[in-house]
Amino acid sequence: METLLTVIIILLKIVALLVPLLVSVAYLTFAERKVIGYMQVRVGPNRVGPKGWLQPIADAMKLMFKEIILPSQADRFLFVLAPMLSFGPALAAWAVIPFGDGMLISHLDAGLLYLLALTSLGVYGVIIAGWSSNSKYAFLGAMRSAAQIVAYEIAMGFALVGVLMAAGSLNLNQIVLAQKGNLLCWYWLPLLPLFVVYFISGVAETNRAPFDVAEGESEIVAGFHVEYSGMAFAVFFLAEYANMILVAALAATMFLGGWLSPFEGIPLLGNLFAFVPGAIWLVLKISFLLLLFLWFRATFPRYRYDQIMRLGWKVFIPVTLVWLLVVGLGVLGHVGPWFH
Amino acid sequence: MNTLNAVRYYFKSFLLWELLQGLRVTGRYLFAKKITVQFPEERTPLSHRFRGLHALRRYPNGEERCIACKLCEAVCPALAITIESEQREDGTRRTTRYDIDLFKCIFCGFCEEACPVDSIVETRVFDYHFEKRGEQIMTKEKLLANGDRCEAQIAADRAVDAAYR
Repeated sequence: METLLTVIIILLKIVALLVPLLVSVAYLTFAERKVIGYMQVRVGPNRVGPKGWLQPIADAMKLMFKEIILPSQADRFLFVLAPMLSFGPALAAWAVIPFGDGMLISHLDAGLLYLLALTSLGVYGVIIAGWSSNSKYAFLGAMRSAAQIVAYEIAMGFALVGVLMAAGSLNLNQIVLAQKGNLLCWYWLPLLPLFVVYFISGVAETNRAPFDVAEGESEIVAGFHVEYSGMAFAVFFLAEYANMILVAALAATMFLGGWLSPFEGIPLLGNLFAFVPGAIWLVLKISFLLLLFLWFRATFPRYRYDQIMRLGWKVFIPVTLVWLLVVGLGVLGHVGPWFH
Repeated sequence: MNTLNAVRYYFKSFLLWELLQGLRVTGRYLFAKKITVQFPEERTPLSHRFRGLHALRRYPNGEERCIACKLCEAVCPALAITIESEQREDGTRRTTRYDIDLFKCIFCGFCEEACPVDSIVETRVFDYHFEKRGEQIMTKEKLLANGDRCEAQIAADRAVDAAYR
């Protein structure tokens, strides 16, 4: 009886997390079209519903009623598995992200490792999709994606090692608590190079512009998902946006103090904003980072392939290695409010 | 000096200076006034020489202008115009068939220029569609109907242009 109750409570928690998440995924596509439209001096979609607010629902309906085509030479099992494989981890990773002190689905002590494992797993969706489609463009996209992931995963891992050293814990709840204080106590300041490297690697990891060579519509049509249509394509599309939100949430948790208020401990402002719940702060931080994603896409042209490799291997990895040394010294000397 | 430049360049690229400049430009445009024209409700201004859908005009007394001289048919570079004519009861020469194939037409306006009686004209109408095969042939009846519908605008446009002819 008690186990049943626990299972039901956990399921309710998962639903309470996933439903708002999926709605925000849908509306992130709308936000993207609006923001990029505004940056191009257009108004973006505004015809479906009031001010265009029903646009994502119309898009979803359209894709649902479209035919899913299985290429005759494709590996049917992997072809169907691939979209799920890229979407699933993006949702599963949310289990360890805290929305407040202890407000998370799973108190995992190795939370950071779990996240690293899941974010890497999502990439297999892309690679398997490219391989199982049995199409040259899809295969080229998958190979590009694989090489890119190998390069950026390392830099990303090192950036997280920096956070790990500073916080002294793999538990995300502990990492946020270690950043307690006002916004200058968060890790973005002492770990600024790692924050930048982590966020840019996150953009690369989610195959977003300017690192979208795996898709590269002007070179290899649509890359790994050329052969996908209808709902199978929609799942890839959703996975991309869910991954964006995840990367933004991780950056917010590890470098921008998660659910912590930026004014905590500041005499007047601290009390003024004390009533705002932590989840709101987290959502605001995530929204800001997502805006950066959209802003990048509206601004930068796609990187050339060899430049991506150069940036990953010859710039990011050395930078993170050097800064790990600096963090190590800081931790040894208990510098400032950051390293306890 | 060269090494100094190299060092400066190195630091600039390392601090993402040029990328930040790019972000500033797009960031400014995020708040710029939008220039979108909401098409069916709003329209951009058109020149009085705009060359859109064709029309055949009439004189104020209701008599059709076209005298079936076939100059437009002869000048048409896309061979889009087909004309057949015969004598009417009152002895004047009139068209029995005046077809413009809009799939062939390139909207060059030569027919309008060639016409000695200002009969065939191109109007400002540019938003039209066909739903069935064959609807793209503008017959004499359709062209005359277009002319009747848009006569006020057509006459006004010719009056403005008269000063330049």
